[in-house]
Amino acid sequence: MAGTDIIIHDKKDNVGVVVIEKITPNQDCNCWIMENDDSTKIQSKNEIPLGHKIAMEDLKEGDTIIKYGHDIGKVVKTIKKGEHVHVHNVKTKKW
Amino acid sequence: MEIPKSFLGYKRENGRAGTRNHVIILPVDDISNACAEAVANNIKGTIALPHSYGRLQFGADLELHFRTMIGTGKNPNVAAVIVIGIEPKWTKRIVDAIAKTGKPVEGFSIEGVGDIDTIAKVSKKAQEFSMWASEKQREECPMSDLWISVKCGESDTTSGLASNPTVGNLMEKLEPFGVHLCFGETSELTGAETVCAKRGKTPEAQEKFMKTWNEYNDFILKEATNDLSESQPTAGNIAGGLTTIEEKAFGNFQKIGNLKFIDVLEPAEEPSKGKGLYFMDTSSAAAECVTLQAAGGFNIHLFPTGQGNIIGNPIEPVIKLTANPLTAKTMSEHIDVDVSKILSRQMNLDQAGDELIKATIKVANGRLTCAEALGHKEFVMTKLYRSA
Repeated sequence: MAGTDIIIHDKKDNVGVVVIEKITPNQDCNCWIMENDDSTKIQSKNEIPLGHKIAMEDLKEGDTIIKYGHDIGKVVKTIKKGEHVHVHNVKTKKW
Repeated sequence: MEIPKSFLGYKRENGRAGTRNHVIILPVDDISNACAEAVANNIKGTIALPHSYGRLQFGADLELHFRTMIGTGKNPNVAAVIVIGIEPKWTKRIVDAIAKTGKPVEGFSIEGVGDIDTIAKVSKKAQEFSMWASEKQREECPMSDLWISVKCGESDTTSGLASNPTVGNLMEKLEPFGVHLCFGETSELTGAETVCAKRGKTPEAQEKFMKTWNEYNDFILKEATNDLSESQPTAGNIAGGLTTIEEKAFGNFQKIGNLKFIDVLEPAEEPSKGKGLYFMDTSSAAAECVTLQAAGGFNIHLFPTGQGNIIGNPIEPVIKLTANPLTAKTMSEHIDVDVSKILSRQMNLDQAGDELIKATIKVANGRLTCAEALGHKEFVMTKLYRSA
């Protein structure tokens, strides 16, 4: 059970949430998928703090970010697998 | 865990039960605040609820003002009420509506008397009410006497991962006991609105939700001067890792677990369709939302936070929980229940839900919340538009 670095809500999600104080570049991270109690691994590219998101796959401009199995916004700048996902590369589709 | 069947509350004249036994001094309008605060200062065991409005309001905005005033007085956490207004007419309207509960209530107006003589006269009545209320004893009340409202604040991704689902777990466990439940925050369901609407128990409830959300969203789009990037999500939300309103909304929505809502309430409206979950149309600003839910009759509040919102309410105890380990450490005096072990997977949701139920019953029985001990009494009226 110990040693989870990233939690993913739903198996359809393309982002995970960092649940330790921070992850550092090139860290091999253990990910837990809540929905089906599965696990996976990913290597980070950036330093990412607690609560922030990491890309679980390569994403290009216009792609949709999926979290909780739902659409939470659009990619506005290319994101590589393992990179930090936040306001610098993702925007709302609403306001 | 076996869910307790009862808590110790104050039984009221109208059959409701309170988790607190307040005697409140309620000003009808902004200019009566000084008088109300002077009385509360004179007479121990009373509390004044100053606020900023109540003059020249009209239409739906005035109706909401009355509904909030009257609902606050009717709340079962309130034993007795003194209403003070500048003019007798609006004061009487509030007094008469509160009196229907059967609890002691008296109104006073300042015009033609002045502050000093009013304070003297009101203080005598307030002393009588305070000493009368102090004799009330807690009695065993069924769990169905709990009316629980929920609202999250200064959320981050840990809210959607753990603290909001903990509240959802509590809801799933307590709903079968006939508890009334309420969630709100219309604007913060943006992005999850169609998923939320499907949780309406009837087609009417679903349609009413979408109509309410559309009206609120149209209002925001009309007034917005930018993309709301500094308002929704807030700077605190963004620092905590929340990127978009949609992400915040899906996190927010975890608070209702797998429940369905019976009806959509107007702001400060009391539910009338029996036990179960209700959605109330509210702002997502913490103090405004909790003030409206308390006016709707809810007697205990659960407030998950990520980055550390510190809100309280004068009449409805606000229990705070967090799953953010940094917040639990750096702001521990504000956190009643720490569920951060969910993130390290040393605690599961079922265990966290049980912990929250235990804390809720302790507070219902009289234990002070962190916000009460720290003196947080935010009473904030929702204003729909400018006064005439």
